[in-house]
Amino acid sequence: MRRLLAQSRVELLLTLRRGESVLLTFAIPVLLLVFFSNVDVLPTGNGRPVDFLFPGVLALAVMSTAMVSLAIATGFERQTGVLKRLGSTPLTRPELLGAKTLAIVIVEALQIVVLVVEGYALGFHFGPASIGVALGGAVLGTIAFAGLGLLMAGSLPALTTLAAANGLYLLLLLIGGMVIPLTKLPTGLRTLARWLPAGALSDVLHGGLRGAGTSGQAWVVLVVWAVATPVAAAATFRWE
Amino acid sequence: MPAVEVVGLTVRYGTLAAVDSLSLNAEAGEVLALLGPNGAGKTTTVETLEGYRRPDAGQVRVLGLDPIRDKRRLMPRIGVMLQNGGVYPGIRPLEALRLHASFYDEPDDPETLLERVGLTHLRRSTWRQMSGGEQQRLSLALALIGKPEVAFLDEPTAGVDVAGRHLIRQLVRELCTAGVCVLLTTHDLGEAEKVADQVVIIDQGSVVTSGSPAELMTTSGGEEIRFGAPPALDAAALGKTLMAAVEECTPGEYRIEAPPTPANVAALTAWLADHDLPLADLRAGRQRLEDVFLQLTAITGEVPAVRIADGDPINEQSHPSRTRPRSGAA
Repeated sequence: MRRLLAQSRVELLLTLRRGESVLLTFAIPVLLLVFFSNVDVLPTGNGRPVDFLFPGVLALAVMSTAMVSLAIATGFERQTGVLKRLGSTPLTRPELLGAKTLAIVIVEALQIVVLVVEGYALGFHFGPASIGVALGGAVLGTIAFAGLGLLMAGSLPALTTLAAANGLYLLLLLIGGMVIPLTKLPTGLRTLARWLPAGALSDVLHGGLRGAGTSGQAWVVLVVWAVATPVAAAATFRWE
Repeated sequence: MPAVEVVGLTVRYGTLAAVDSLSLNAEAGEVLALLGPNGAGKTTTVETLEGYRRPDAGQVRVLGLDPIRDKRRLMPRIGVMLQNGGVYPGIRPLEALRLHASFYDEPDDPETLLERVGLTHLRRSTWRQMSGGEQQRLSLALALIGKPEVAFLDEPTAGVDVAGRHLIRQLVRELCTAGVCVLLTTHDLGEAEKVADQVVIIDQGSVVTSGSPAELMTTSGGEEIRFGAPPALDAAALGKTLMAAVEECTPGEYRIEAPPTPANVAALTAWLADHDLPLADLRAGRQRLEDVFLQLTAITGEVPAVRIADGDPINEQSHPSRTRPRSGAA
C-alpha cells in the first residue's frame, strides 16, 4: 500500500504539473461550459443550454482524463523507459496500475467538484437526479476510456499516441453527445455514435442528472467497451 | 554462492545470437566490468540478469534467484541503472529519490544520497532540465536508494565529465567495500582498468578473455616491447638491427618480439637516435588494457567502436591497419 500511494502521489503531482494536461482536463471543460451556456449557438434544444451542456461536459471531463491524459502520459513513460525502469523495482504491475487508477479517480473527483460548482453557478437544474446512475456511468466510462488510452499508449509510438488521442478527443467531442445532441446528427452518424463509449456515457449522464431516462442500449454499450478495451490493452501492451 | 552467476547464456533476437554461450561469475564485494565494443551483447547480458529478457539457453542466477521466476523476491535486493535514464521528465531529483525510496523496506536516506552524488544544487530542476552527466548521477543514486546487494550499472560514466566520473568511481569503490557486488558495463577501457576487480571482455556475444586488470595486462606481455613513434617507420630495418620481429600494430604503435632486456631497450633507443626519431612512449612487460583489447577484438576481424581511456573515439578510417595480420616483418 505504501508503494501504491507513493506512486499515485507522483502520478498526480506530475499530471498537475503538466500545463497541457491541466488545460485539457480543467480549462477546456470549464470554458466550454461557461461559454456555450451563455452564448446560445449550439443546437441544444428548447431548454436552457446549461441543462444540456452540464452532463455533456462531465462526460467530456471523464474522457479527457481517463483517455487522453492517461494515453499521452503512459505513451511517453513507455518511450522514455520510465515503465521499464519501474519494472526493476519492487513496485509490482498491479500496484502501478492501482496507482494510475487512483490518480485518475482523484483528478476526476477534482473535475467533478469544479464542474458541479460551475453548474450550480450557471443555474443547472438538477432534476430528480440519480447520483448513483451518474456515478455508475462515470465509473464504466472511465474504465472504457482508460482501456482505450492504454491500448494506444501500449502499442503506438508516443507521438502517434499523442496525435491519435487528441484526434479521437476532438471527434468524440463532436459526435459523442457532449456539446451537440445526438438527435441533431444525420441518421447514419447517429447510429454509429450510439455504439461509441462517448455517446453512451453522455446518454447515461443526461438520463441520470436530468431524470430524462436512460436507454438500456447505452448501458450495454458502456459495459461492452469497459470489458473489451482493458482486455485488448492488456493483450497488446508492450512495456518497452 | 556467487552473487551473480551466468552459465552458458544465449539470447537471440530473431536468428541473431546477441549473447552466445556466455558464462561469468561475480562475488559479493567485487566489481566486475563487462567490457566490449558497441553491440557486443553487454546490455543484453545485464538485462537478462535484471529480469527483462528470458534466456534462450543457459541459466542466470542473481543472489541464487531466477530473475524472472523469483522477481518479487529479487527486486528488493538489486539496484538497476539503465543505459537511458528511465526517469519521469518532469520530476525533480529529490522527488524521484523519495518515490524510489518508498518502494523499499529499508531505503537509504534520499537527502544524504543526493548529497553523495553531488546534486544538492539541483533541487528545483526537473530531469529534462538536467545535463547528461547530472542525469547519470541521479540514475546512479536511484539504483542505490534501496541499499542493494547487487548493483547493475549499464554504462554508468557515459556522457559524464571528468569530475563526475571520479565521483562515480569513488561511489562504486565504496559499494564494493560495503560488500555490494557491482556489475557494470563500459566500452571505456580506462574506466574498467581503474574501477574493476575483474574485467570480462566480450565481443559478438561471447567472452574473449577475463581476469583482473593486472593479469590481463601482463598476460603475453612479458616477451615483447611496445613503443610509440612516428607512423610508417622502416620496421624491417629496425628488426634487422634488433634481430627480432618488429610490427606496426596500428599507425605509430609498434611491437617488438623480444624480451624487454636493458640491452634490447638500449638498442631500440639508439636506433631511434640514429634516425633522429622521437619516442612517444615505451612499455615493457606490462601492456595497457587497451592493447589487450585491441589485440583480442582484432582477431574477430571487427573494428570495435571503442573509446580508449579518456581519449578520442577510434574510427575505422584513421586506423585501417587494425585488422592487418600480425606477422613479423624481420
